[in-house]
Amino acid sequence: MIVGLRETAFAPWPLLADAAQAMDAAERAGCGANDAFIGTMRAGGGATRVVRLQLEHYPGMTERMLMRIATDTGARWPIRQLVLVHRVGEVLPGETLIVAAAWSAHRDAAFAACRHLVETVKHQAPFWKREFRADGSAAWVTANTPARM
Amino acid sequence: MITVRFFAGLREQLGRDTLELPSTATTVRAVWARATDQAPVPTHLLAAVNLEYADFDTPVADGDEVAFFPPVTGGAA
Repeated sequence: MIVGLRETAFAPWPLLADAAQAMDAAERAGCGANDAFIGTMRAGGGATRVVRLQLEHYPGMTERMLMRIATDTGARWPIRQLVLVHRVGEVLPGETLIVAAAWSAHRDAAFAACRHLVETVKHQAPFWKREFRADGSAAWVTANTPARM
Repeated sequence: MITVRFFAGLREQLGRDTLELPSTATTVRAVWARATDQAPVPTHLLAAVNLEYADFDTPVADGDEVAFFPPVTGGAA
């Protein structure tokens, strides 16, 4: 498993390659499915266009929650490998916010596990976003979307 | 002592990120009341004790860390 936080901009693809490489040849050969989700910062448009995000978190609790979400996901679906990495700090449009990925023998488990990682992080892990907008205003994001699970 | 921490918008509203309380408050609810001078509890306020989500009746003991924060907004769109 590759689970953790990144405090600066990072490329998602090498994480996926590293996770695949960390499996031994037999494990890799047993995987018929790898589902990966990459969430990036979206700027939107108009006067409320977001020029940067501040991603605050609760150090200690965040890492513990990410590890638990990863472990629970591994217990619930027959997956061989997973990635769960989340960005913190100052984030610019286009930068990666979250990478979640699961490897499994079959696609159903890989899709379900990957989606579970993303949705559970969104609703349980102690992250808070503050948007800084083109018009100079700033506001904490207060509404989270309902869990789609 | 009990360490109390506040995060995100709540931290800014209260104008502080941490404080220490004598360990006379025995539940999360009592810690909130002591730490905020009896401020009303914000809608949807969340709490954690020692890095685990807790409800307002969770017991609190000497040496514990109690955190209060708004609903979480991580992940992607």
